Amino acid sequence: MATVAPPAERTRPQRRRGRGSRRIAVGVALLVLAFLLALRQLGLLFPDAIVWPTMLAAAGVALIWRQWGGRGRPAPPRTTVPPADVAGQEQRAAVRNLYRGGFGVALIVGAGLLFLYANGALSGFGDVALTALVAIAALGLILAPFWWRLANTLAAERAERIRSQERAEVAAHLHDSVLQTLALVQQRASDPKTVATLARRQERELRDWLRGRPPTAERDSFAAALEAAAEAVEEAHGVRIDVVAVGDHALDERGKALVAATREALTNAAKFAGEAGPVSVYAEASPQRVQVFVRDRGPGFRLDGVPPDRRGVRESIVGRMARHGGSATVHTAPGQGTEVELVLEDGRGD
Amino acid sequence: MNPSVVIVDDHELFRAGVRSELAEHVEVVGDAAGVETAVPAILAAEPDVVLLDVHMPGGGGVEVIRQVAKVRPEQRFLALSVSDAPDDVIAVIRAGARGYVTKSISSAELADAVRRVADGDAVFSPRLAGFVLDAFAGSLPATQVDPELDQLTAREREVLQHIARGYMYKEIALRLGISAKTVEAHVSAVLRKLQLSNRHELSRWAVQRRLVD
Repeated sequence: MATVAPPAERTRPQRRRGRGSRRIAVGVALLVLAFLLALRQLGLLFPDAIVWPTMLAAAGVALIWRQWGGRGRPAPPRTTVPPADVAGQEQRAAVRNLYRGGFGVALIVGAGLLFLYANGALSGFGDVALTALVAIAALGLILAPFWWRLANTLAAERAERIRSQERAEVAAHLHDSVLQTLALVQQRASDPKTVATLARRQERELRDWLRGRPPTAERDSFAAALEAAAEAVEEAHGVRIDVVAVGDHALDERGKALVAATREALTNAAKFAGEAGPVSVYAEASPQRVQVFVRDRGPGFRLDGVPPDRRGVRESIVGRMARHGGSATVHTAPGQGTEVELVLEDGRGD
Repeated sequence: MNPSVVIVDDHELFRAGVRSELAEHVEVVGDAAGVETAVPAILAAEPDVVLLDVHMPGGGGVEVIRQVAKVRPEQRFLALSVSDAPDDVIAVIRAGARGYVTKSISSAELADAVRRVADGDAVFSPRLAGFVLDAFAGSLPATQVDPELDQLTAREREVLQHIARGYMYKEIALRLGISAKTVEAHVSAVLRKLQLSNRHELSRWAVQRRLVD
């Protein structure tokens, strides 16, 4: 009879419980109706004025018991949900419970009124009803501010709880990262290169964290792979590398080759021009083509003066790009720095 | 003559550092540590350039620009921040700053940037150039495009790409076979588009990028 699949039960406990409440209420109402009709059939004559209100009241009672009785507690919050979500869920669940419980009360009151009306007991009680109504309204007006303040206090408490949780989380993170790095920096104060590297690594880590994105190594895109390669070279050679990436796309085989060639170019730049200042990487990715420029401010060199056994550029950069249908060009001259230009056109035909 | 500068930054160490590093190249005529003190200090000193921190209590650099511009619209600002978050950059440029550099910049480069802003030029770091190229990439429906403001010309793109690749203005001029003045004119034109364009990328862009990231 139950057709709800188990996974749905796990992911949507609130929804399921809601549907359960309604089903139980309707079920109880129908059972009571069947019982009363059966009695009537047996000869015990119940007038309609009793049967229908009783059925309504039964449904209302079932709803109220389901919501406010022992079994209707909200499920404990799942630990994987962020604090803000838990608060939201609790609030939504509370509102839902209130509505459902209120509906139950309305059913019972309605049943009572229906019963009284059907028995003619309500005639002549109009004045009393009006009096009661006015009294209830007045009571509501008096109690409203208290209720309002109570709700506000609860909300403030919940917000405070979330804030302190978040503060603890931030503190823990800073402790594990920034404070550790600062301790290391103080230890290595005599070694400027190590200190600079430590600071750069911490800076990158902190920026990723502030932007709320996973570290470059865990992101699967061309720009992230490029940044990860630059970080690796930066750590290995202690040279500052600035990466500017425009556009991005998923990392495919050709993209990986382009990143590998970029890494080779960066290694060269770090080795031969690292002292002269930061190395710049600029990548522009569009659907038609991807371009990467690696530029250093080093001494530069004469292209025709490169001995043929220098395989770094020829094999790892030019050769690799050619194999993947791209091209690599080196722009350099003595005293002008060096720029390696890598291009992958979107040659789907090859 | 060295340009006069007011430094606005809530980090005292940083103000002192900039003061001593730039002492040879600029004349520091005042400093301030927050929005409220900065506005009267700037209005009293009337410096050529205000070096402006982006993140400060009381509204940050954007608020300083807004308040000063009411009284002294010709005041030039160079924004300076540890942040390279796109929304910070775009916000302060759109408020009216004539350039944006990060605090990791060398003092020689910073002095150069101050001089450039004092001369009325725009200063784009490689990263800012990358942001702009990103923000102006992609096409708009033809009916909504104001070509004067919403698109970069081929030449402007070329200049920005060179800045992003790490070239100085002089080097760019050499490579493109144009004068340095022309390069500066292109960059100033881009700055104007950045400030005036209604491309929703410029306001929505940072948000979108966070989602994509």
